[in-house]
Amino acid sequence: MMKQLPYIIGVLLIAVPFVAPQYPLHLIIMILIWSLVYTAWSLMGRFGLVSLGHGAFMSIGAYVTALLWNYGGISPWIGIPAAMITAAIMAFLVAYPCFQFKIVGHYFALVTLALSEVVKLVIIACRDTTGGSLGFTPERHGEGTSIVAIQFADKEVFYFVVLIAWGIGLLIWRAVDRSMMRFALDSISEDEDASAAAGVHVTASKLKITMLSAVLTALGGALYCQYQMFIGPEVIGGIGISLQIVFAVVVGGLYTMMGPTIGAIITLLMTEVFRNLITSLRTQGIDLAGLDTTVYGLMLILFIIFLPKGILGEAIDRLAGGKKRDTG
Amino acid sequence: MSEPIIAVESLVKRFGGFTAVNNVSFKVDEGEIVGLIGPNGSGKSTIFNMLSGALKPTEGSVKFKGAEIGGKLPNKICHLGIGRTFQIPRPIHRLSILENVVVAGYFGQDGIGSREQAFDAAKTSLEMVGLPTDHGVAISTLGAAGLKKLELARALATGPKLLLADESLGGLDNSEMDQAADMLKRIRSEMGITIIWVEHIMGVLMRVVDRVMVLDHGEKISEGLPTEVAHDPKVIEVYLGSDSEDAQASAESGSGN
Repeated sequence: MMKQLPYIIGVLLIAVPFVAPQYPLHLIIMILIWSLVYTAWSLMGRFGLVSLGHGAFMSIGAYVTALLWNYGGISPWIGIPAAMITAAIMAFLVAYPCFQFKIVGHYFALVTLALSEVVKLVIIACRDTTGGSLGFTPERHGEGTSIVAIQFADKEVFYFVVLIAWGIGLLIWRAVDRSMMRFALDSISEDEDASAAAGVHVTASKLKITMLSAVLTALGGALYCQYQMFIGPEVIGGIGISLQIVFAVVVGGLYTMMGPTIGAIITLLMTEVFRNLITSLRTQGIDLAGLDTTVYGLMLILFIIFLPKGILGEAIDRLAGGKKRDTG
Repeated sequence: MSEPIIAVESLVKRFGGFTAVNNVSFKVDEGEIVGLIGPNGSGKSTIFNMLSGALKPTEGSVKFKGAEIGGKLPNKICHLGIGRTFQIPRPIHRLSILENVVVAGYFGQDGIGSREQAFDAAKTSLEMVGLPTDHGVAISTLGAAGLKKLELARALATGPKLLLADESLGGLDNSEMDQAADMLKRIRSEMGITIIWVEHIMGVLMRVVDRVMVLDHGEKISEGLPTEVAHDPKVIEVYLGSDSEDAQASAESGSGN
């Protein structure tokens, strides 16, 4: 049964767009896009490289793609890779000095936090080109569906685009997990000096994983832009989004391949529930705006204390523990 | 005369106004086991940190096989063929014993070998020091002596020509100390690795080493055969006689080798 599980899930995933109504399909597409971003974050987050700046990479992915399209007429087929390269360069510029001067732990998190705000403020400041706080809309190409512009009128088509991107994200996660690089980064996360003495190039290893993470996050941002056809500095960037990324991964699970995806499902469903709840309470005259963020904050604290491996990580541990007890 | 494997020339390390290592020079020939002793704070570990790249020398030169390595990055020095252990073991708890050593086996060769070669190198090193080579044995199963062996295995897996063993056997009992000393001898004889062995107690070291250097307050105060050094009045003064009688006995018993 466990062996066949991936195939069953695979068939179900392919069947989704043919059976799901529009609203659930929209939710699933959003879950896949965010899962890609969360998976990208966990690539480095699992090695103690806690970035509070991934909103910046998502923004770069979206804005570079959209700006190139609107102002240069450059197809997202070129724009998206260009955005990913831009994110890699940005990651290098921020991370290299950090790693060279041994800025680790809380201090690294603070530097990345600043990055997410700086990128947001730059987008707002360049309002003549980027639309500022009001957001930005890529120009429609033709009648709605355009291969050149990666714009699809049907959600069904876009579903497969993001499904593939999400799958690539998981494959990269797994490749890293099974590489020697993973040993090096695990080693670095505990003791940089001992790792260096064993021959590990500490700075280069950290840079590689940071840039890989940034590139994938930018892809997620670009896909978000292509799907929603609207982006804003706070919608896909800033501290809010950066913290949302951390929250979702911590809830889902940092050390398992599917953890970030589980985190995306849980957080997105929670967001929908809260949205409906707050709206319906408001019609009854009760204003509970901010209830959602309060609950998220509380959950984050509880998870870090009681379930540091996340929901999926904990579940896998329990299952493995149960099996051991059965055989023993 | 062949070239020394490592030649240290007028090495100085200052931390602000404090001089931790003051004008130390020495040479080690290939195949030697050299002891580097001295009381706590005499500059032994600082010298090791400069040889292995963890610290940059303030002045002076370190030549490994004729090439200057002073101030190079630790991983580069490791790739050149200098392995080191840490005085206080620094295992990676989230990796298994085997994986700890595999990291050294793989990246100690600058990642040019295959995964299989790294695992082979790790298993050979673990067998050499007498630790389990099975997959997935946790670090938490090791005691103080086991952790020191792991340090040694990790250094050996990088394929060194020169081993900097920051041993400090203080926490071990007599039979464990003898075991550790024998292990260093075997590493030299079976793997052909030159060793510099740092200690702050003289006892068991004097029995094993070919030569001893004694540091005090960052300066080299004596150097020579274990028997000579153990009777050097300057050395006896540093050790206040407490340890030196043991050392003399030990050196004499070892001189028969």
